[in-house]
This record gives sequence, structure tokens and C-alpha cells, in this order.
Amino acid sequence: MDFTEEQLKRYSRHIILPEVGGKGQKKISEAKVLIVGAGGLGCPVGYYLAAAGVGTIAMVDNDHVELSNLQRQIAHSVKTLDVNKADSAKQTFEALNPDVNVIAIKERINSKIILDLFKDYDIIVDGTDNFPTRYLINDACVMLKKPLVSGAILRFEGQVTTILPHEGPCYRCLFEEPPPAGLVPSCQEAGVLGVLPGVIGALQATEVLKLILGKGKPLSGNLLIYDALGVNFRKVRVPKNEDCPICGKDPKITDLTDMPEEYCSI
Amino acid sequence: MEGAKIDKKLDIRGEVCPYTLVKSKLGVESIEVGQIIEIILDYPEASESIPKAMLNYGHSVLKVEKINPKEWIVQVRKEVED
Repeated sequence: MDFTEEQLKRYSRHIILPEVGGKGQKKISEAKVLIVGAGGLGCPVGYYLAAAGVGTIAMVDNDHVELSNLQRQIAHSVKTLDVNKADSAKQTFEALNPDVNVIAIKERINSKIILDLFKDYDIIVDGTDNFPTRYLINDACVMLKKPLVSGAILRFEGQVTTILPHEGPCYRCLFEEPPPAGLVPSCQEAGVLGVLPGVIGALQATEVLKLILGKGKPLSGNLLIYDALGVNFRKVRVPKNEDCPICGKDPKITDLTDMPEEYCSI
Repeated sequence: MEGAKIDKKLDIRGEVCPYTLVKSKLGVESIEVGQIIEIILDYPEASESIPKAMLNYGHSVLKVEKINPKEWIVQVRKEVED
């Protein structure tokens, strides 16, 4: 384990943890994590993973920073207004920790590029804000057998789960199909407390680090629901569905398609 | 434990907390279970905190000795995998 004196200082609080140590810190530095969305969730997830020293972090986003994002998207600032969000996050994360290689992918994820984008990464993080993309990411992760840490937020409530394809349930085991367009309001329509993605994103980052270290119990098979107003954390068990259209015994979905855009976008 | 075979020596004189612990922890990670590391240090608090931390990690502390007015040696036998 060849740490520089600077790295010994930076990661000292990790190294002295029995569950991490020098060996765990090395695993963190060798890990490659791809985060879809550099928004409310992607910002805190990427920020903490950069601080932890995750060696390669890819941020996928084709959107640009707007003033209305700054209430919750903490990697961006007034200095990066109109800048691509993946680029803006890259600047912030690399300023925090130059050890980290941040790759800005300025694309809107779609069925044609997704498998190629995901294939080189160890863990995928879903920080998106719409159902078509959420299902596409789930299906791609099941096909590639990539661990997926998924988060979602609205108003004062958020949820997190970890999907270990074929070992535990996937998103389609929970809900086979996305809800009809317009049924579930977007953050743009319904609002979101700015700090909420911070809570959910920090939980997602924790799950990612546990997977990298191989320590603790992943949230697989459970949906963790956080209610900020009532201050409740509820863990709901989710069984694996043997008839799941993507990860079941006889999958109906064998290739990826894009769902119509009008579903919801935030 | 006079004359215990030392497998690794680690000099952390000049280091202060928490780097005394960081370097001692990494030192123990670099040896095998059953092997012994001897740490020499000159930061007074570390002469107490390092043995305590090593016991918490599950290792054995074979010796803590003040070898002169400013320096201590701590011998640790690694008992558990990292």
C-alpha cells in the first residue's frame, strides 16, 4: 500500500477504521462508479464519493446549470450557471480531491448508448428524475449484472434501494411497469425540500462504499423510505418476483427500448 | 516476552496523533497473523493510545516500554486478519 503522506492525512479517518484500513482505502481508490444525473441526488453522491477517494467517477448529464437548481444541487454554483452539469460537477469534485478522475459524459442516457457506457464501471448510481430512464437503467444493470444504487425524491419524502441483479429483486420486481405519464408529479410540479436529496444521496453514497469494501449488509431486497416531516425511516421488504419481465425465470424483455419522453421530466 | 522474534520494525518518531495510529495500523496490515511488529515512537499520548487501539483491533500487545525519557517501544502480535 503506497500512500503518499498527503493521502495518509486525507484518508486517515478511513484507514484507522477496522472495516476500511489501508486495504479498503486501496479498494476505494481502484473503484469505478458511474452516476446517472448530476442533479439533486448525483451531486451529493459524487461529492462524498470524491471525498472518499473513489478512483474514477463518471457523471452523466446533458443538462445545463440553472439558478433554480442551486437550492439543492450542491456541486454547482453561480460560477457554473449555463455550464453543462457533468462538467460543473467535475470541476467541483476535482477541486475537492485531485486524486479522483472525474469523467464528464455530456449525454442524455438512451437505449443505444447505455450498455456501452455502463460496461466499464463496477457500480451504477441512479440519480435521475423520471421513470423511463429509471427503468432503462434498471434493465441495463440487470442485463450487465451490475450493482445499482437507486434513489428517488419528491416533496418531503425519499427512497433508496440497492439492486444486486439476479441475487435480489430489481426495480421491475417491485413495479413491473412505470406509472402512466402524468400520474406521479415531478419535482418541478410538486416541489422538493432542498436538503432532501442530500439525505438520500448520502445514503446512496454509503451503499456504494459498502459495496466497494464488501462490508456490512447491502440494502438489496429492501426499499428504505424516509419521511422528513414525520422523521421516519421505514424499511419495506421487497421479494424477488420469479415472473419479473427482466430478471425472472422467463424474461419477456430481452432488449432495451426507450419509452416516450412525455412521461415526466424535471 | 523478552527475546520475542520481531518480524517488522516501524519507526514513527516525529509523528503525532492520529498519524501515529494511521502508520501503526498500516504497519500491522503489512505483516501476517502471528507475526510481531515493534513500533518505536516519541509522542507521549501514543504510548497509551496505540496499545489501546491495537487491543481494540483484536491484536495482542506484548510489550510497552519507555526506553529513554522521550521514547517508547510497543510490540504487537497480529492476531486477526484485516
